[in-house]
Amino acid sequence: MSAAQLIAAALLVPAAGAGLLALAGRRPNLREAVTLVAAALLFACVVALAPPVLAGARPQLFALELLPGIALGFRVEPLGMLFALVASGLWIVNSLYSIGYMRANGEPHQTRFYACFALALAATMGIAFAANLLTLFLFYEMLTLVTWPLVTHHGDDEARAGGRVYLGLLLGTSIVLLLPAIIATWAYAGTLEFAPGGILRDAGLSGPALGGLLALYVFGIGKAALMPVHRWLPAAMVAPTPVSALLHAVAVVKAGVFAVLKVILYVFGVEALAGVRASDWLPAVAGFTVIAASIVALHADNLKRRLAYSTVSQLSYVVLSASLLVPLSAAAAALHIAAHALGKITLFFAAGAIYTVTGKTEVSQLDGVGRRMPWTMGAFAVGALSLIGIPPAAGFLSKWLMFQGAAAAGHWPALVVLGASTLLNAAYFLPIVHAAFLRAPPAGEPGHGEAPWTMVAALTATAAATLALPFAAAVPLALARATAGL
Amino acid sequence: MILEHLPALQVTVPLAAAPLIVLVRQSTVAWGVATAVSWFAFAAALLLATQVAGGGPVSYALGSWPPPWGIEYRVDALSAFVLVLVSGVAAVVAPFAWRSVAAELPRDRVYLFYALYCLCLAGLLGMTITGDAFNLFVFMEISSLASYVLIALGRHRRALLAAYQYLILGTIGATFYVIGVGLLYLMTGTLNLADMAARLPALAGTRPVLAALAFITVGVSLKLALFPLHLWLPNAYAYAPSAVTAFLAATATKVSVYILLRFYFGVFGARLVVGELPMPEILLALSILAIVTASLVALWQADLKRLLAYSSVAQIGYITLGVGMASRDGLTAAVVHLFNHGITKGALFLLVGGIALRAGRAGFERLQGLGQVMPLTSLGIVLAGLSLIGVPGTAGFISKWYLVLGAIEAERWWLAALVVATSLIAVAYVWRFVEAAYLAPPGAATPQPGEAPRAMLVPAWLLVAACIWFGLDTSFTVRGARSAALLLLGGAP
Repeated sequence: MSAAQLIAAALLVPAAGAGLLALAGRRPNLREAVTLVAAALLFACVVALAPPVLAGARPQLFALELLPGIALGFRVEPLGMLFALVASGLWIVNSLYSIGYMRANGEPHQTRFYACFALALAATMGIAFAANLLTLFLFYEMLTLVTWPLVTHHGDDEARAGGRVYLGLLLGTSIVLLLPAIIATWAYAGTLEFAPGGILRDAGLSGPALGGLLALYVFGIGKAALMPVHRWLPAAMVAPTPVSALLHAVAVVKAGVFAVLKVILYVFGVEALAGVRASDWLPAVAGFTVIAASIVALHADNLKRRLAYSTVSQLSYVVLSASLLVPLSAAAAALHIAAHALGKITLFFAAGAIYTVTGKTEVSQLDGVGRRMPWTMGAFAVGALSLIGIPPAAGFLSKWLMFQGAAAAGHWPALVVLGASTLLNAAYFLPIVHAAFLRAPPAGEPGHGEAPWTMVAALTATAAATLALPFAAAVPLALARATAGL
Repeated sequence: MILEHLPALQVTVPLAAAPLIVLVRQSTVAWGVATAVSWFAFAAALLLATQVAGGGPVSYALGSWPPPWGIEYRVDALSAFVLVLVSGVAAVVAPFAWRSVAAELPRDRVYLFYALYCLCLAGLLGMTITGDAFNLFVFMEISSLASYVLIALGRHRRALLAAYQYLILGTIGATFYVIGVGLLYLMTGTLNLADMAARLPALAGTRPVLAALAFITVGVSLKLALFPLHLWLPNAYAYAPSAVTAFLAATATKVSVYILLRFYFGVFGARLVVGELPMPEILLALSILAIVTASLVALWQADLKRLLAYSSVAQIGYITLGVGMASRDGLTAAVVHLFNHGITKGALFLLVGGIALRAGRAGFERLQGLGQVMPLTSLGIVLAGLSLIGVPGTAGFISKWYLVLGAIEAERWWLAALVVATSLIAVAYVWRFVEAAYLAPPGAATPQPGEAPRAMLVPAWLLVAACIWFGLDTSFTVRGARSAALLLLGGAP
């Protein structure tokens, strides 16, 4: 297949998969097989795109005329390649996990669940490969809408309330802030195509105007969960755990920081921003989010809520790094998209496994659970170490680059934030590991073992990948460096 | 040979079909004739649109009397665009009416429905195609009288009252229009619109011309339901038969907007209306009031059909907002939204017609769990609802894009903010349906027999597909609207 056909396939395979899933709804085994086959096919398509991109090619595909002068267009560049690889690869593992989770918990509406999941992946691929802001925006909104049925999956009052916050914040920010920002970009730059060096350089905007436009973008991209538009993420935790794991730790939130990175690198241009000091406020906002979200996580007793706030904090690492405007930081930001994804999905998988076996949702209930579920809590420990940034886990790699980037930029407050948040990460993750392995289980509690094998296999696989990434970092590092122009 | 008479056939075929149907009286034949006529009208409109796109405006002298003495039919970029909308919606609504009208009307009156449907179609197409101010009045009356009766055919007794309200206000509107035309005739001595436009600059600023502008503005505003002259609309839409609501909501107010555009920019001229008079400011203020109040009122309706009716008032506000901007992008937004909102509301009211067939009415208590009972209808409403909000990938987004672009290019940031902020109210009222249909279990009032018949679903879904298609490929809509906007502003198309 040609590269353009591969791009089309990457968009159509999950979409067609959703259609087949809906048809296969009455036969669960067939339905789950369709999910796995679609996930494997998608990953194959994305992997096949990687060699030309690494070799410096930029495969592209242009289809319909969305507006005069703006096509529905796709162009694969290193950052999008990295994002697509992570999301599509983890979809396979997550599907395996979902099969165990959904069956063991006797969840209703499983066909709708798998179909919406496939559509969410199609939207994610659209975001990753988008060649211009309008295409990105189209798939960004689609991702919000197709994940809404997943967030409100249980259909009870709690789900309804969570769904309202989710939709209200994500649609609200994108319509009220992001859309005017895109239209203003079109009005001033005359193009929306992503281009290295940015498209706003010659638009003749003053520093404050550029800063205002940047603010519209970074707060308009609500999926990046910068405070104060982060509230949708904890609200989304009412969803079944596989949704929280792949979508609200990987696809949706990474789509947010991915879009922020794209905007800073390819719409504004690092040099244009640095020249007029239009983004000097952004490190402060991102740094505040890193610290504040960590402190909230520290006090959260609900495990998924703690993980959600940890995600808010980790996402702002990416924004913080990107806002430092030095190549090393940009590479760190790109790499952290992959590193955080592996670690955080492992943590969510573990949380879901614990819930499936014991029904426990609170951190304070986890005493001794590691003795009964050693694989699960072992994987949890690996994920936690990765997020803290302890070698040899994947998180170390990106955090190391982040420290180097902040030093290279001479941005001392960023270094302080990174250091302090590392301590906070340790403070909210390590007690869980400690309690799970070193405390005795509550007396009189019935014994239990591990979760169903598909779930254990999935979380072991992601934990192994977390540990392996630093030793097989050639491809992600190459993509991250190419993104930063290193 | 026959092609050359296409502009006349566009109107006369539906006009002649009406008495034919009354003579036959048999409901199946009536339906067949009405469907064939509306498909013919659609084909004719598409042919005319390609002719205009290829070779510029088409002028047709009725009865071979050359203008300005005879009546001229004139098809240019703007009227071709509106013709395609009106006849296209008619071509979709006619097949839908087969099952819907049979269920909602007594058997012995079905043929009347189709006769009036053809008359109404002829009137709307005639208003769009004619280049003569008095001929326009005649077609306005034809379409209005037909629509009063069509609304009164609704099965609820309140339909009579709604039709009566519309009759009173519609007649006042038409009278105001004809008074305005009379004044213009007095001053210019011509009824041909192009001729009038050529003679008016010399008379600009004289009191009768200003009075004519005022009369025509108020008269047409009543017809297009500009806030606060919209009071007839919610009841008329809510109590009319489903097919009528869908047809009128998608076409009637849109043709009235067309007349407003035609008179403001084609007859009086932008120099007078925009340059010397505060019409843009007045339109902007009324449009904003329409958008905000009607959207908020829509939010609190207990019935989906009424909710959509109030949403129509708000959406008309977006169209007139674009008119009030009076810039290239503003007018593009107005014309493209005329089309996009037409197909969106058409789709929604057709789907609601399916619910009405199964549940009697579309009160929210009957929509609980509808996603399980009528999955295709519910999904269609959600998709068309997204177009109503203006989510990218749907037709409504394109309109919003140009409205905001127009506001930003005029550096009216507050207006851009207002447009995007008010679309959040649309999110809220569309989501009321989504939560009722998908997050509530089917209740006692939810219709039991299940999905709407295919004869209704297929036409409705055609319009839903159009909402998506015209959001992804805008080569027809935006190009058409853009050349219409340039034409109105006096540039080369």
